[in-house]
Parts: sequence; C-alpha cells; structure tokens
Amino acid sequence: MADVSIRQLNKKYENGFHAVKDVNLEIRDKEFLVLVGPSGCGKTTTLRMVAGLEEITSGEIRIGAEVVNDLPPMDRNIAMVFQNYALYPHKTVFDNMAFGLQMRGYGKADILKRVREAAEILGIEPLLERKPRQLSGGQRQRVAVGRAIVRHPEVFLFDEPLSNLDAKLRVQMRVELKRLHERLETTAIYVTHDQVEAMTLGTRVVVMKDGYVQQVGEPLELYGRPANKFVAGFIGSPAMNFVEVSISGSGDTLWAEAHGLRLKVPAHLKARLSATAGQRLTLGVRPEAVRIANGAGDYSFATAVDVLEPLGNEILLNFRAGGVPMVARVDPGVRVKAHENIQLALDPERLHFFDAKTENAI
Amino acid sequence: MLIERKWKKWVYFYLPMAVFIVFTLFPFYWMAVTAFRPDAELYATWRQPNAAPLWTLHPTLEHLKGLLQTTAFPTWLWNTMLIAIVSTLISLVCGMFAGYALARLKFRGSEFLGTAIFITYLVPQTLLFIPLADIVRDLQLGNTPWALMLTYPTFLIPFCTWLLMGYFKTIPKELEECARIDGATRFGAMVRIIFPVAIPGILSAGIFAFTLSWNEFIYALVFMASADQKTVPVGVVSELIRGDIFFWGQLMAGALLGSVPVALVYSFFVEYYVTGLTGSVKG
Repeated sequence: MADVSIRQLNKKYENGFHAVKDVNLEIRDKEFLVLVGPSGCGKTTTLRMVAGLEEITSGEIRIGAEVVNDLPPMDRNIAMVFQNYALYPHKTVFDNMAFGLQMRGYGKADILKRVREAAEILGIEPLLERKPRQLSGGQRQRVAVGRAIVRHPEVFLFDEPLSNLDAKLRVQMRVELKRLHERLETTAIYVTHDQVEAMTLGTRVVVMKDGYVQQVGEPLELYGRPANKFVAGFIGSPAMNFVEVSISGSGDTLWAEAHGLRLKVPAHLKARLSATAGQRLTLGVRPEAVRIANGAGDYSFATAVDVLEPLGNEILLNFRAGGVPMVARVDPGVRVKAHENIQLALDPERLHFFDAKTENAI
Repeated sequence: MLIERKWKKWVYFYLPMAVFIVFTLFPFYWMAVTAFRPDAELYATWRQPNAAPLWTLHPTLEHLKGLLQTTAFPTWLWNTMLIAIVSTLISLVCGMFAGYALARLKFRGSEFLGTAIFITYLVPQTLLFIPLADIVRDLQLGNTPWALMLTYPTFLIPFCTWLLMGYFKTIPKELEECARIDGATRFGAMVRIIFPVAIPGILSAGIFAFTLSWNEFIYALVFMASADQKTVPVGVVSELIRGDIFFWGQLMAGALLGSVPVALVYSFFVEYYVTGLTGSVKG
C-alpha cells in the first residue's frame, strides 16, 4: 500500500515534443485515480514515467516515501496491465502469472498458492495450462490482470486495458475491475480516453489536454462544476451544448443574449458576471438541463425540433438555438415530432459560463 | 459455372504450378540420375538405340563408391559441416545481440550503424577476400578451419543482424516492458522473453547462415590449400575436374551428398522458417 506523489513532472522528447507539462498529482493510498483525455494529451506518458518505462525530463515521482525517478521498473514494486495485454506468448497462463514471482525469487509452493489465489479471484483456474493464443480477448484481459495481482504490488498501473474488448465485455470488465479494486484495496492509476470508464471507475479523475492537467476531482464534481470549457465538453455524453452569448445589463438585471435567445442571468451567477457586462462569453448547458416549457419565461425560447433520437430510456432532441446546433435530453413520455415548433426552457441552476478567451469557468 | 471454374483453375493454377515445379526440380533430378548412371550410359550419344537420356537403365553405385574411397570426400563433408555450424553459431549470437540493440535501444548513431552494417553486407565477396586474405595470412590462419570460421561471419553477421532486427521490431515492445516491471533486467527480459518469442526468426536466420556458409566457394578456395582441409564445394570442383576431364558421375554424386544435409535442415524447420520470414507474433 502506498500513496504516489508526482511533482512538477515534465517530459520532453528528443524531437522537441513536450508531452507532459508541469504535472502535479497526489494520489492517496488505496485510491483509484483515472487519467483521462484525448489521444496525445500526455496521460499514457505520465503513466509510463510512473512505471519507469520512460525517462523523466524534470520533476519528481515518489511511491510511498521513496523518490523513484532513477529506479528501474523492477525496483518500483508496481504492476502494469497493458492495452494489448502483453502476455508472454510462449508461456502458459500459469507461467505468465508466475514469471514475476519467479524473478523475485519466491519458492515453488508460494508461487503455486499465489497463482491459484489470483486465478480463483478472476475465475481463470481452468485456463492455467493454456497458452495465450488459445484464449479469447476477455480471458486474456483477465490473465493480464491476474499477472498484475499475484505480486501484491504497491501500485497498479492500467494503460487503457479495456479498449481492445467489445462494448459488452468492456462494461462487464469495468464492473469487475471496480469490484477487484474494492477487494484488494491497492492504489491504482488508470489511463483511458473513454470518459464513461473514467467516471465509473475513478475515485478521482484527472482530465488532461496537451500535456497539462485541466482539472482533478471526483467524477460528479467534474460533471457538475467543470473548471473550463474543455472539461465541460469532454465529460458527459452527449456533450455539453455551447453557445456564444453577449452579456448586457439593464437596471438590476443581467441578460445573456445570442441569436434568437435572451436569457436572464440567474441570481446566484449575477455577482460573478456583473463585471463582464458588454463582453462575449460562452454559455454551457448540459442536455438534461434543457426541458420542454409550457409557456414563455426568463429561461425559455422557441425553436423547431430538427432530428429526434428515441433511445428508449430517453429522447434526444436536436434543435438549433442561438445560431448553433444543440441537444436536449428529455423524458421518453414526451410527445414531440420532428420539425415541430416547441418551447424549450433551460434550468437556471445548471447554467455554466466560460470566458470566451481563456475558456475558464466563471 | 462449376465446370468453367474447374477449367480455369487448371489453366491458371495447376499448369503454371507444374511448369514451375519441373523447372525448379529438374536440375536436382538430373544430378541424381547422373550420379547413379554408369559411365557407358553417360558418354553414349542420345541417338544410340535404347538410349534413355532422362533416366538410367542400369543404376550403379560405382560413382558413390569412387567418391567415398578415392577422394577425401568424407573429410570435406566433415570440414564443411564443422565450419558451417561454428560460423553460423558465431554469427547468430552476434546477430541476435546486434539486431536487438538496433531494433530496441535508442542511442546516438543507431540508424547510421544499422545502415553501415547493411552496406558491409553489400560489399561483394570477390573484393573482400583480398584484404581478408592479408589478415588471414598475418594471423597465420591460412589452411586451417579457423580461416573460414572467422571470415564467414563477415558476411553472415550483417545478414543475421538485419534479418533479426526486422523480426525483433515485429515483437510488441510491451512484452519486454512487462517483463521489466515483473522484475527482469533489460538483459533478462531479452534473454527470457524476447529470444524465446523470436525463435522462428532466429531459426530462419540460422538456416540461411548455415546454407550460405555450406555453399560458400571463394573464401574456401582462396584460404584452403591442402586437399584434407577443403570444403565440399571446393573439393568436388578441384579434385574431380582434372584438366579438361570431368568426372561427371562422381561430381554429381558429390553434389548430391553435399546438398542432402541442407535439404534436411530446410525440411525440418520449414514451418518456423516461413513464420520467421513473414514475421508474426501474437500476444
């Protein structure tokens, strides 16, 4: 068991590419931390530096109390699960799982006991004598996880371990990983580009972009209070709607206006937005913060439904407002038809405003 | 429909295949027939009654006997085998380490080194034997098996290095990264994980190196003088062609016996050899 501390971490490749920029993270003992972001955001590089597979340009990584910057991977007491599983093709499942223990000089009886234990947890006991090529994708995934857990490492590292599985299996393995983490209570760092995986697995989630950490927080915190427009747009599916608005004041009231849209700035945001009167901002609205309105009001507007996506548990309404396409997520009981003119309203408690230039939340 | 397809398959597949097989195997067949044909048949004209130019009517072992009893053929065979095995082993070991380093380690000038090694392979042996002869003489290795065991690697190592470098590159690097996290050093990961996984590639490099040294002619001709030090390709040609007299029967018997070990090696490892060249590793 150990916490992991990353301070001022930087990675610059020889070709000049600056992959990781001033990353600071404190990963608590037993925490499941997920690094998420689009490809090329530096999440995998960060993980590989923790593993010792990539040299650190500057900064410091501690596992427990020890600075591991210059330690080879074998001395860091970590285990890693790779995207392509990286099972040793010439070894049986048993030998794949036993390899790490053999390298560390465990006795035969001990190895047998630990491998059996891990195999039992993962339900792969009948596969122990098989070679990796005789296994299905899901089974290989389990073996890769099994190989990581037999050693009882201080930290688990996962590099997009589910992305080679089909959608159904991915959901199933996701739940199993979460259950496994609860059972083993080991610190885990998990890299993924899938925000659903990040939200469902992470105790805390780190959103990265272009080598920078954008926001660190618990899943619901990221969803409810995104630090900037990127995080707001990245977390959540369908993504948050964005529309450019200009802020104008008349008397005691502030208004956010865009093409065909005039919304009253809710009272709790007024103090923060008063300084921005006359400026252009980005308004962010989650699809579920849009509802069908009964009549005109301070937060309602008229529009026409463009495309209707009935998903069974909900309906996605595609429409245009403020000159841009937007999506609303409404109850499946609502009776609307495509191209019908309707009145929609926004939930004033769930409006987000972002600076148009810095894109930071206001 | 079905009939037309059958007809097409014959014309486009079986027929060209048959032509190809006959074309490829005919020299081997001719060699075998000549080795077992008595001299009387060998030197008879084709127009003679009862002539059978494509096969023999009176197979005989006299050429084989002559080859084994009147020449030093068994010694040549032993020399060739020893030299081919030793030089193949030397080249494989060097090629494995060099190929791994060029495929995996990032160091200054690694690309240049890779290209440079390849260029040395392109220098024709007919030029390289001149400076090598000088070195062999200076080291007083002439007329000993070491002359060939140490000079064959000059073209075998670049060859093995390149073939293995390509193969190592097809092995996912996560395999050895995982091994290093599991507790192996880089060297340990290479020896315990990468080399076993690369066995098809290593075997095909080995087979190629073995064949190249088995068949090598120029160095063997230049560096080996006495009859008891010669290899099969040189021995057969220098001892069985005397002036303008060709001992066809014994020549062909020598060629036949000389090619059997290579054919055996190929047929044993053919599966590995194919995957080695096409390079396929599944995790």
